[in-house]
Amino acid sequence: MIVSKRLFEEAEWDFATLDRTYKAIEDIALNDLKLDVYPNQVEIISSEQMLDAYSSMGMPLMYHHWSFGKLFAREDTMYRAGYSALAYEIVINASPCISYLLEENTMTMQALVMAHAAFGHNHFFKNNYLFKQWTNAEGILDYLSFAKHYISACEERYGRDEVESVLDAAHALMDQGVFRYRRPPKPSKERVLEKRRRRAEYEAEAYNELWRTLPAGVEPPSAPPMFLDEDEFDGDIKLPEENLLYFIEKNSPALRGWQREILRIVRNMAQYFYPQRQTKVMNEGCATFVHYTIMNLLYDRGLISESSLLEFLHSHTSVVFQPEFDDRRYSGLNPYALGYAMMADIRRIAEAPTAEDRDWFPQLAGTGDWMAALRDAWANYRDESFIEQYLSPKLIRDFRLFALYDKAEDGAYHVAAIHNEQGYRKVRSLLARQYDTSTADPNIQVTGADLKGDRTLFLEHKMHRGIPLHHATKDSVVAHIERLWGHDVVLEEVAD
Amino acid sequence: MTYFIDRRLNPKGKSLANRQRFLRRAKAQIRDAVQKSLKDAAVADIGKERKIKISTKGTKEPRFRLDPKAAGERDFVLPGNKEFMPGDEIKKPPGGSGQGRGKEASDSGEGEDDFEFVMSQDEVLDIFFEDLELPNLVRTTLKETQSKAWRRAGITTAGSPTQINLIRTMRNAQGRRLAMRRPSLSAVEAMQKELEELEALQPSEDTKLRISALKEKLARAIAKRKWVGFIDPVDVRFNSYTEQPIPTSQAVMFCLMDVSGSMGEREKDLAKRFYMLLHLFLRRRYDKVDIVFIRHTHDAQEVDEQEFFYSRQSGGTIVSTALDKMLEVQRERYTTSDWNIYAAQASDGYTQSGDARRCVEMLNNDIMPLCQYYAYIEILDEREMEVFASEDSGAELWRAYRTVADEWKNFATKRISKPADIFPVFRELFKKAEA
Repeated sequence: MIVSKRLFEEAEWDFATLDRTYKAIEDIALNDLKLDVYPNQVEIISSEQMLDAYSSMGMPLMYHHWSFGKLFAREDTMYRAGYSALAYEIVINASPCISYLLEENTMTMQALVMAHAAFGHNHFFKNNYLFKQWTNAEGILDYLSFAKHYISACEERYGRDEVESVLDAAHALMDQGVFRYRRPPKPSKERVLEKRRRRAEYEAEAYNELWRTLPAGVEPPSAPPMFLDEDEFDGDIKLPEENLLYFIEKNSPALRGWQREILRIVRNMAQYFYPQRQTKVMNEGCATFVHYTIMNLLYDRGLISESSLLEFLHSHTSVVFQPEFDDRRYSGLNPYALGYAMMADIRRIAEAPTAEDRDWFPQLAGTGDWMAALRDAWANYRDESFIEQYLSPKLIRDFRLFALYDKAEDGAYHVAAIHNEQGYRKVRSLLARQYDTSTADPNIQVTGADLKGDRTLFLEHKMHRGIPLHHATKDSVVAHIERLWGHDVVLEEVAD
Repeated sequence: MTYFIDRRLNPKGKSLANRQRFLRRAKAQIRDAVQKSLKDAAVADIGKERKIKISTKGTKEPRFRLDPKAAGERDFVLPGNKEFMPGDEIKKPPGGSGQGRGKEASDSGEGEDDFEFVMSQDEVLDIFFEDLELPNLVRTTLKETQSKAWRRAGITTAGSPTQINLIRTMRNAQGRRLAMRRPSLSAVEAMQKELEELEALQPSEDTKLRISALKEKLARAIAKRKWVGFIDPVDVRFNSYTEQPIPTSQAVMFCLMDVSGSMGEREKDLAKRFYMLLHLFLRRRYDKVDIVFIRHTHDAQEVDEQEFFYSRQSGGTIVSTALDKMLEVQRERYTTSDWNIYAAQASDGYTQSGDARRCVEMLNNDIMPLCQYYAYIEILDEREMEVFASEDSGAELWRAYRTVADEWKNFATKRISKPADIFPVFRELFKKAEA
């Protein structure tokens, strides 16, 4: 009699099966693929909880704001009407790395999702240089919990409308609230805790029962300055400054302490998510490649059945499906498709290169150790540099990529390059440019602030290749900035 | 080390606070949308869970974004080339964006125009009936039935186990354990471990002494753990509630509806919608309000809710029969000293000739002195609405009732000719008086 080695046969899952499967996946991930991951924490959630997580930036806890409620209402309607399926998982860049699995998934899907999130994304978070440098996986949950409590305390104290208007304005500037080049001071867990403790202490000391007897609208004699001496504005204004939120937080003549703290919270969130925006293709590509490799190894070793493999392949192919540009379903390049294809291509070039590959990738072609090459790529690149470095002519042909040149005044697009010998390099570097957030986002800087005079704030949009800001949104964002700054704001658009 | 955590039983509705903030933010748009959807809803569906489509005005989240269509130049890469060669030109679609650039618009959070979502019945009704109230609701009597409500009344030392206050109980227990120096489990375990280690050593005079000392200490610690309990009855605290009387004012609403032959299907539908709204409003805001349904043709009957809204009947029209019926019911069951009395009457304005005068007499002499508020709603078709554009012109009943309105401040007359009028009229009739 043959005893089946299979981890599971049924579509239904239970915790024992999950555990068994997790261990098998972990074995492959750590020993075969040599991945390096944060400790995992896998949580099973219901579809409603998944929608909750969707609408709070994918984080397990988040401060309250109406925009999250709006997002939830929209997602909920789409989901109920069957327009959109829920993601199978959400994963959080934290240590321990938290992955959410949807309870409705079949066992095969749970295996896929664990491989994808708990090992693929997790490895990427832990090893990619952007995440290492710019985010603090240990501290994020503590910080969120601080942010949530702080903001709800502010709501109680200063009123929901007050807090809402600061958050609205801060959210409008989120894209301009990151340091792109300069490293921000990194708040360590201890420092955040220390700060929080000192803040609480200060509040407790400064609390005076008498304030409650003041009529509404009258400020207590000295509203507690909730931001204390650390990393404070030192009197010098350093210009130009690309981080508008930072500049306003430090220099606005109109803001009070708690409002500055809220700006800082939003700015920290923006900074935390900035690496994810720069590595969509790589992050998803890494996770997709890892789950594909692991699931196939599980099958090769007889640990999952053929029907499981087919179910997995069905879902995998729909994840990496790329509609063509003239397809109704087209909505940009699918990061899963491009990322996975590039990772798989690196493996192909390392294992079985063609003459063309040897020309293009002499360092990589035929080395055989594709996992080492991938681990290196995952650690040291972001989307832009990764595409510039690794997009092969074969993939350009497979995707039938072509580049268009567009001038606003012209009545037609010009085909600049296609997937041929003359075009490969051009298509590749244009595509890479497309993933460069510093050219895709408007480049807006603070160029001056007349602090001694009428306190006008001067902003400058350096137009990249003459592309201006969208008119209507520009005005409403400037109105938000004026609210934060308390005085006139002038935004000028200049040629780069 | 991996942890699997089953979060499915965690409390749901984590984003409820966000939803409330969103509804509050978009209130103006939502109210418009609710009104619009009310117009099209079937009578029975008014106030049910509904899908609301609102514009994003007021809930916009602007961000700076680039507008490559306005000026400047750019390159972009697309997948799926079929026949293009370098140098080819592709005409831009007129007015719209280029191929496949749809994503750009939706990413920015600005491209979206309207969006739909589902509101629960409670949310819809809250918005419906915001700032509405029954006018002049007063406590009319001293002997009114008092209802009672449970209110929190601090913490007690006795109570039923379901009302145990865990936090207070555990806090007391901890304080007591600290004060009594109850040895912790880990301290006992440490001693046991030390003892084992000592016993494993070569027995010497010194270790023997230490073992016996330790044994004694351990025995004392274990004994102390026994008599200083982890939780002691003296620690236990209960939430306490007391019954408090709350004064209520009693009110009754008389709904009088004309169902005679002159009222067409359309008119009846409008009247029913109005009463449905009234019914929902009273049910939601005033759980102590009695509602009396009276319908009339050439004679009047008191009917139940089901019959009032859903049954069909036809006949001639004598409006005063309904007023008679109302007075009869009032005398029987609702004495003015105990009840606030309200009435709403809907009719197409036609009645037997001479009957209008009788109605006015009854109103002036018998009914209005009893009523806190009387609303008369005349249902017209749209052509009539144009003819009777002025407040003073109208059918017999309308003209007669205007004289009543001149005399009594708490008598209101309104006209409805299409479903869209119902909600504004309703709001006008029951608007909260400015304080």
